[in-house]
Amino acid sequence: MKMMSGAAMVVEALKDVGVTHVFGYPGGAVLDIYDALFAQDSVKHVLVRHEQAAAHMADGYARSTGKTGTVLVTSGPGATNTITGIATAYMDSIPMVVLSGQVPSSLIGEDAFQETDMVGCSRPIVKHSFLVKRAVDIPEAIAKAYYIANSGRPGPVVVDLPKDIVNVQESHPYVFPESVAMRSYNPTEKGHMKQIKKAVASMLKAERPVMYVGGGAVACDASGKVIELAEKLNAPVTCTLMGLGAMPGTHEQFVGMLGMHGTLEANKTMHNSDCIIALGARFDDRVTNNVSKFCPHAEIIHVDIDPASISKTVNAHIPVVGSVDKVLDQILEQLAEKDFSGQKEKLSDWWQQITQWRKRECLKFEQGDTVIKPQKVIEALYKHTNGDAYVSSDVGQHQMFAALYYPYKKPRQWINSGGLGTMGFGLPAAMGVQFAHPDAVSVCVTGDGSIQMNIQELATCLQYNLPVKIISLNNRALGMVRQWQDMIYKGRHSHSYMDSMPDFVKLAEAYGHVGIKVDRLDELDAAMEKCFSYTDRLVFMDIAVDQNEHVYPMQVKFGAMDDMRLSKTERT
Amino acid sequence: MKRIISVLMENAPGALSRIVGVFSQRGYNVDSLCVAPTDDPSLSRLTIMTHGDDKVIEQITKQVNKLIDVLKVVDLTDGAHVERELMLIKVATRTDAIRAEVKRTSDIFRGSIIDVNGSNYTIELTGTSDKLDAFASTMAECAEIIESSRTGVCGLARGERALRP
Repeated sequence: MKMMSGAAMVVEALKDVGVTHVFGYPGGAVLDIYDALFAQDSVKHVLVRHEQAAAHMADGYARSTGKTGTVLVTSGPGATNTITGIATAYMDSIPMVVLSGQVPSSLIGEDAFQETDMVGCSRPIVKHSFLVKRAVDIPEAIAKAYYIANSGRPGPVVVDLPKDIVNVQESHPYVFPESVAMRSYNPTEKGHMKQIKKAVASMLKAERPVMYVGGGAVACDASGKVIELAEKLNAPVTCTLMGLGAMPGTHEQFVGMLGMHGTLEANKTMHNSDCIIALGARFDDRVTNNVSKFCPHAEIIHVDIDPASISKTVNAHIPVVGSVDKVLDQILEQLAEKDFSGQKEKLSDWWQQITQWRKRECLKFEQGDTVIKPQKVIEALYKHTNGDAYVSSDVGQHQMFAALYYPYKKPRQWINSGGLGTMGFGLPAAMGVQFAHPDAVSVCVTGDGSIQMNIQELATCLQYNLPVKIISLNNRALGMVRQWQDMIYKGRHSHSYMDSMPDFVKLAEAYGHVGIKVDRLDELDAAMEKCFSYTDRLVFMDIAVDQNEHVYPMQVKFGAMDDMRLSKTERT
Repeated sequence: MKRIISVLMENAPGALSRIVGVFSQRGYNVDSLCVAPTDDPSLSRLTIMTHGDDKVIEQITKQVNKLIDVLKVVDLTDGAHVERELMLIKVATRTDAIRAEVKRTSDIFRGSIIDVNGSNYTIELTGTSDKLDAFASTMAECAEIIESSRTGVCGLARGERALRP
């Protein structure tokens, strides 16, 4: 039996669960753990500049790989700085473990220096948390944390480690548990056969089916089976903001993203469908619009690993609890002997209708001669990356443009804060992606507002030579806020403009990177080409775009799904 | 509608706060709450009295069930069940007449007087919440209530059904 200190146990347990990267920042309560990290090199530590960014990096790492991201921070402010990052991961069901230092056990509750009740602070935004009280319990707590974070519906887990139990002066026996079976936690993976049969009967009977695919399909890597089912049924497929890539954006059966800024054809298809096959999606308010007007003709099949997501906002007629991956296995098995020769014929009217909706070309925009439209930048980005880049986005108009104008070919290629909508997410997430995929092209699509929320990480990028490409759509304003003020507040732009913008090119250069400024349409292509020719440097592209552009289509508030504005003047 | 939800959970630090947290985070009501370890000391059983429509109650049971520490959740009001609550109530007994009336009322409700003092009696009463309400209001008519404390409802399903791991 190995004897070691609590701090060494933390590092040893991380190795035993297969952690490759830890994103963190040292401080008093975790100095012992940092000392143990210093003594080895199998777990790589990444020193960030702000703990919030550490959580987003771990998040980007997790979203792009499916593996659990790891964060290590000190007690008090170190821990509380991760809160936004934890909440972001929680809302999007991302596997993450946050190891936070804590003041010594004897001081807990005494308002000691850098003490906060981290387990309490994080309670509403974690899947689970542990306050470890004895050094010998460290391996089991860490093993359980990783198991819980990345099983069932994934989510963040906090492990709070008081300083006295990780003390390097004392040795304890280290035993890593072989299994972590828990009597109170057994997520249901396979669907109930009776429900599967009902679902299959419903989708075979349907004349106007649609598959509505969410982040759950990405989380369990079910993309291949989503495509297989879609092709078998000849059904149109729409993805949520979190599900983009689960069905290739280039597939002819893909009708685009749905919801508030979804395509007209996606929302029309949903609204007129007689059978909605929801796979790992949660009928979020940004999808449904007015729930009482939601898809009146559809029988709803809802597959989700979290029973609490089923019938939460919209009643499901055929609930199926299980992972999208396992349930699709079961469904495809049921469909194996069925004859689909008549399916094309049966759905021809439906497809004809969808073709009509597509003809409205809801994503078209008018690009003038000089001022660059933000949509045009995303199209250029797609062209210059062959559609193969990992795209991490911040939050705002640019996020919607990046979701709508870059057809993602694969799941995990599109990384964004969908549920919480966290500005400042994009850059650190793109860095986490780059750590996980050193040879891939990792792009951060951002805006002049969002990028300034975690700009300090440009220093981290230099320290670790991360060749992230920052595509900043600079409209000198908080575009999405401004859009709502234009639409709802009669154009009163209350605090949605930025009056003293830094020179982003100089800023990038000050941090040791390459900066490129683009003002005119005729410079865009050459600048993009130059940007991606720097394979080993971070490039910050500061692209001036039209300040008055709005994101369309956009659902009309309190309307049905397909009640939309298509431009400043057109309505459905 | 009034519902009694029984939860079997790990007797672990933080488990209770997570359950209570679900109620406050999601805006559910807690009318009463009663919790203690079971015959198996590694488990705790918690009983929450709440109210809401079917959709809310379904969400409450699902959200509570989702917590890692929770083994099982059952809505006792779904079927036949027994429920009890305990109340201790201290009333002022300044005159012989009041003392006699308090004793009589307490006997009628099958309460027992567990503490006697020169100026007050403390009565223990067990029953359904309705019975305790009725007792308290009857008592208020004949004597001044100094203070009272109630445990909240606990309950079990009738017959074979049981909440076991």
